[in-house]
Amino acid sequence: MRNPLSQKVMTIEPSGIRRFFDIANEMEDVISLGVGEPDFDTPWHIRDEGIYSLEKGRTFYTSNSGLMELRREICRYLERRCHLTYDPVHETLVTVGGSEGIDVALRAMLDPGDEVLIPQPCYVSYLPCVQLTGGVPVVIELQEKDEFRLTKEELLAAITDRTKVLIMPFPNNPTGAVMRREDLEAVAEVVIEKDLYVISDEIYSELTYQGEHVSIASLPGMWERTLTINGFSKSYAMTGWRLGYVCGPRQIIDQMMKIHQFAIMCAPTTSQYAAVEALRNGDADVAAMRESYNQRRRFLMHEFQRMNLPCFEPFGAFYVFPCIKEFGMTSDAFAMRLLEEEHVAVVPGTAFGACGEGFLRISYAYSIEALKVALGRLEKFITRLREEAACSAVK
Amino acid sequence: MREQILTFLEKNSKMDLGELAVLLGSSEDVIRNEVEAMEKEQVICGYHTLIDWEKTSSEKVTALIEVRVTPQRGQGFDSIAERIYNYPEVQSVYLISGAYDLLVILQGKSLREVSSFVSDKLSTLDSVLSTATHFILKKYKDYGTILGKKEKDERMLMTP
Repeated sequence: MRNPLSQKVMTIEPSGIRRFFDIANEMEDVISLGVGEPDFDTPWHIRDEGIYSLEKGRTFYTSNSGLMELRREICRYLERRCHLTYDPVHETLVTVGGSEGIDVALRAMLDPGDEVLIPQPCYVSYLPCVQLTGGVPVVIELQEKDEFRLTKEELLAAITDRTKVLIMPFPNNPTGAVMRREDLEAVAEVVIEKDLYVISDEIYSELTYQGEHVSIASLPGMWERTLTINGFSKSYAMTGWRLGYVCGPRQIIDQMMKIHQFAIMCAPTTSQYAAVEALRNGDADVAAMRESYNQRRRFLMHEFQRMNLPCFEPFGAFYVFPCIKEFGMTSDAFAMRLLEEEHVAVVPGTAFGACGEGFLRISYAYSIEALKVALGRLEKFITRLREEAACSAVK
Repeated sequence: MREQILTFLEKNSKMDLGELAVLLGSSEDVIRNEVEAMEKEQVICGYHTLIDWEKTSSEKVTALIEVRVTPQRGQGFDSIAERIYNYPEVQSVYLISGAYDLLVILQGKSLREVSSFVSDKLSTLDSVLSTATHFILKKYKDYGTILGKKEKDERMLMTP
């Protein structure tokens, strides 16, 4: 029989999380700090609106780009929160989560051989999505000393004649890093000078804990070369609703619409009705969840300090990225032993790029009570590792 | 700051103040001083425990009693409210807008005990015009807490 598979799909690496997931799933009393989604339920008034739309029988396709009502609310929201102006008719596309937005944006923009700059550590989907288009992913390895921000120098060093797109994954999963206005200005200068485009994944934009989130498209000269991707998953605790959006210049959105139309048709209707309610009346919920994440973030930082576990202070998303280099193990080995010995699941930094080696991603999308139990086990584990190291040093 | 402290203590009065200081990005001394000040100013009036009595063997009956009264000259509803709330079996007394004046929450050991309180003590007060008694059959949610429901984390253990 002929090989049913494409060459391209075979080059894609499976997710680094899978192996841990399979082992953790078999365990009885495992405590996970490995989840990349909010622990809150979607606020009731938003769920209620979804239910109401079902009761009313609103179970049909919407327009390909999404409900007009929703697109209008999205544009109002971006104006209000990010100082971005988009036209709901031609410059806004409602997608199945931010993930679809990333995929469709890359497919609309890349030809084989085009290079895409991907700052790592980062979310796992950019690289394979680039590969599937035939584009060439070029990784920029971010440094802990820069608090995992992208610097102008790193960017310049990675640009070639084939570079077309820069992915900007901030606030960052897994590091929690945020780009301040001055950091973005430095990047924007290079982007404009080198005539690049930016895909800015701002899915965690509502979860920043020091200063306001800045959208790179709001900087002078950047609107016309930026696609802003956002969604409802993280800010409104709506991961399972699968709803996101992309806003950008009509020239790109029009072409993305074609792919979206043929591949997906439209985002889920129920979710779209719920999202209208989220944008209209959800600001207070977002603020309350943000405050709660911030409290947990402070708690984790405090505990790491107490345990003497080095960790730069992250100001975004709901992750901390502590450094475990002192234990002389790979992130993978550390995470595996932690899982086997203490039944605590964390994600090794390397799942988000090779430069995540020596780090762990710890999520704080958990209640303080759950965090306490998990950190108690983590402390036991690292105390044991330190004792082992001290013993072998004596010998 | 006060409001944030109160939000936590309202949910968990046993909360460790050192931990609360970490969560709020403050110091334990600051939090402790604020709490003591609020106790003194009677912003914090007490620390109670939320109990699901149905899970115990003790028999308790709770009733909500709507009371219509004649307000008294110069004192409004205050003196009649005081006469009612001084009974130890009365848990709460609220002045209410609408069809009646006072809402009295009463806890007793049995229906008989509650009804004798209403007929012997409450209805016989001079300024009480009428009463309507409602017995609570089941408490689903009390003080913001859903009773008897334990949430399980249904998220997948690891996601990117």
